[in-house]
Amino acid sequence: MSARALEMYRSVPRYLAARALSARLPSLGAVSAAPLRLVDRPDPRPPGPGWGTVRPRLAGICGSDLATVTGRSSFYFSPLVSLPFVPGHEVVGTLQDDLEDLPAGTRVVLDPVLSCLVRGVAPCAGCAAGQPGRCDRVTVGHICPGLQTGYCADTGGGWSRAFVAHRSQLHPVPDDLDDKRAVLVEPLACAVRAALRTLAESGDRVLVVGAGAVGLLTVLALREFTTAGQVLVVAKHRHQAELAARFGASEIVTPKEALGGVRRATRAIRLDPDWGPPYLLGGVDVAIDCAGTSASLETALRTTRAGGRVVLAGLPATGTSVDLTPLWYRELTLAGTYASGHARVNGHREREFVLAMDLARRAPLDAVLSAVYPLEQWRDALDTALGAGRLGAVKVAFDLAGWGKR
Amino acid sequence: MLDVDQRTPPLLVHEGEGFRLESFPLGTRVVYPPETLPGLRDVDAAIASALDHPHNSEPLRALLRPGMRLTIAFDDLSLPLPPMRPPDIRGRVIEQVLTLAAEAGVDDVVLIAANALHRRMTGPEIRRIVGERVYRSFWPDALYNHDAEDPGNLLHIGLTDMGEDVEINRRAAESDLLVYVNINLVAMDGGHKSVPVGLASYNSLRHHHNSATMVHSRSFMDPEHSALHSSATRMGRLLARHVKIFTIETTLNNQTFPASMPFLVKREWEWSLRDQAMAYAMSRGLPLLPSPARRKIFRDLVADYGVTGVHAGETEAAHQRTLAAVHRQQLVEVNGQSDVLVLGLPYLCPYNVNSVMNPILATCLGLGYLFNMYRGRPLVRQGGALILYHPVPWEFSQVHHPSYVDFFEEVLAESTDPATIEAKFEKQYATDPWYIHLYRTSHAYHGVHPFYMWYWGAHALDHLDEVVWVGGDRRACARMGFRSATTLHDALEMVSGAVGTSPSITYLHSPPHAISDVR
Repeated sequence: MSARALEMYRSVPRYLAARALSARLPSLGAVSAAPLRLVDRPDPRPPGPGWGTVRPRLAGICGSDLATVTGRSSFYFSPLVSLPFVPGHEVVGTLQDDLEDLPAGTRVVLDPVLSCLVRGVAPCAGCAAGQPGRCDRVTVGHICPGLQTGYCADTGGGWSRAFVAHRSQLHPVPDDLDDKRAVLVEPLACAVRAALRTLAESGDRVLVVGAGAVGLLTVLALREFTTAGQVLVVAKHRHQAELAARFGASEIVTPKEALGGVRRATRAIRLDPDWGPPYLLGGVDVAIDCAGTSASLETALRTTRAGGRVVLAGLPATGTSVDLTPLWYRELTLAGTYASGHARVNGHREREFVLAMDLARRAPLDAVLSAVYPLEQWRDALDTALGAGRLGAVKVAFDLAGWGKR
Repeated sequence: MLDVDQRTPPLLVHEGEGFRLESFPLGTRVVYPPETLPGLRDVDAAIASALDHPHNSEPLRALLRPGMRLTIAFDDLSLPLPPMRPPDIRGRVIEQVLTLAAEAGVDDVVLIAANALHRRMTGPEIRRIVGERVYRSFWPDALYNHDAEDPGNLLHIGLTDMGEDVEINRRAAESDLLVYVNINLVAMDGGHKSVPVGLASYNSLRHHHNSATMVHSRSFMDPEHSALHSSATRMGRLLARHVKIFTIETTLNNQTFPASMPFLVKREWEWSLRDQAMAYAMSRGLPLLPSPARRKIFRDLVADYGVTGVHAGETEAAHQRTLAAVHRQQLVEVNGQSDVLVLGLPYLCPYNVNSVMNPILATCLGLGYLFNMYRGRPLVRQGGALILYHPVPWEFSQVHHPSYVDFFEEVLAESTDPATIEAKFEKQYATDPWYIHLYRTSHAYHGVHPFYMWYWGAHALDHLDEVVWVGGDRRACARMGFRSATTLHDALEMVSGAVGTSPSITYLHSPPHAISDVR
């Protein structure tokens, strides 16, 4: 069997062209130059027992996918992927064969991390602690290197007609959770983790920098799983601001107003150095950078109170350059957050993916999935995703099952 | 007064850093300021006479004695507008007061700029007011700005019978004699509005600088019918029981612009050929200049005021005569109200000297100061329309008006109703540590100041159905809840829903200042 897929392949000239163009023409130019092609390739074969084939129904386009395609992600990842690979790790699909307790035809969502259990190796410290996102074995085992499905040559990925997944990666989707919401479960799980990684205490003031999908879902998770007080959101576009308000933001400011908004809300002292952006003495208890740019991290660092916490939720763009003086002088804690794992919520140890699945059923997510495209229109899809904020979109996905025509 | 007919030339209308020559609809009533009164020939002699023959008080020299604490407070740079050509009348008065003090052997003398919650003045700005000699002798240890946020240098005097806190500068309150030197540019100034306001704290000012008081000050240019002045008077009388106050008030004539630009104070039909050429050239040429050049031209303007009176003594007795002098120069009798009032806003108001006229200050100037230049009834009827000329640029001075920026972006985005924003935001801004820090250490207006500017327009907002800005930045106007129009005719069409298609129109041709006595 062969299946159509979007394949990321090795091409140094195209990679360099996409990388160069992404700075100037992040939409049309970078996508055209990207080392990405639509191919008919053999279905990936399950590498062993415990694996099954999944036919994607909807597959989302994540910020990390866009960074990879347009050459903006860091070379740090190069040993952690294996080319050629099929991107796509935000997936709701249909299981093709019976797999352990799951009968064929089960709708599933994918937890994409390719951890020790998936790779058939003894659990590392991270996996043993229930934090597969911290797995140290993502380059070994019986499949090629790949930190997630969607970056591994052996598994295939969501931007295709079929991929393979280990049973431990698959979560059956309840009947009352439709595909449009189910495809958001994986990014929502990441947002749940980001919210919990803030360690926000009751009444803490939290700043969310960026109101794309990561930022908006993080606001939702903050309201659901923490007792944070004020949640301020930096949103560039009007529809983002509206959604942030709907998801529970206390105040929304534009990037230009961010420092002023935080200052007003926290009654901090603003200082203007001789050179460089202003900063606050005082500020929010926690800032979450959901944009991953130099400017967004700078905003987070310069608006967090002494002793506060800055969480990196957005994938940092390559070449990020930030003055870390506030980190040192204000004794800030800088924390990353990646994928999902386990966390303690209300005294119970919970799997964040399960929390996200439950939240997806209840939350007002209808406006989040903004556009779907057939795989054949992949350039349009990526263009829309790259310009999502400007175009009034939040999450863009590929429709692999003619879902949009029904 | 003039009714526009077919022979009426285009009339000069101020609009920020420029002006235009506007053709008004036939029948428009134009209210001109009265003719400029002659200034005193010998100002120094008038000052000496006022100090020697004060009203309801012993002469100043009789109040001075060795070993006493003497404090001289004076109005800040918000008066007069534009600044007067040196020497400033306050400096001339202060010189004579200091001479008398020296003759009496008074050593403990301090001079305080009564800037209330206005920005601290710079050294050069203070020097311009008090003069070089005083500045060199006293600055900075014995000549400084009042600090309304220095708890150690404030003294709570007590409460008025209406429960209003009276809290002023400690040095002034604990002096054996407090001399206050003012410039009474308009009828709002002076009297008990000097010490209890200029030397007060926010705790005290909040009792009369609020939306309710301003709505009930009709107008605040008419102290007898102003809730603001009633409150200040209660405070002043309480203060007068605690500290001896000797008030020296001065009045100016209507020579509001440099003598080199006579067309700015003349009526259009009096313009010479040179005046006409100058008006035409400047109205057309100024918009072509880059903004910094244009701004410099206006900032450098100084007025060749003549001093029309010096009155000294007990505050109320002196002020009564001062008000009469102001009215002599500025009062114009007007018969009846109109449907539409048109105002041209100049480049300057009390709070943007050497700074930028931001949208809030433009609103304060139009809906606050100029709308309230009446006695009796407003020039425009209840439910009428106000048409203002100003570009209303979305521009702020980060140094002088930092809280204005936040007020504009945060507060006005939520509400433009003075009472609503007062209830929800005033305290937050008034007690914000950063604004306080900038007020005390930089040259920023106090955090609460933009609220006061907005309250200044509360009466007009309550009175009018329509406010339209000709030439105003659309976004900035919309943020403040107003509309903007390109031309006067467009503006008239926009307000026709409230005033009909053939409204009666009054154009208040100011500056120079004119108080309309509307019968």
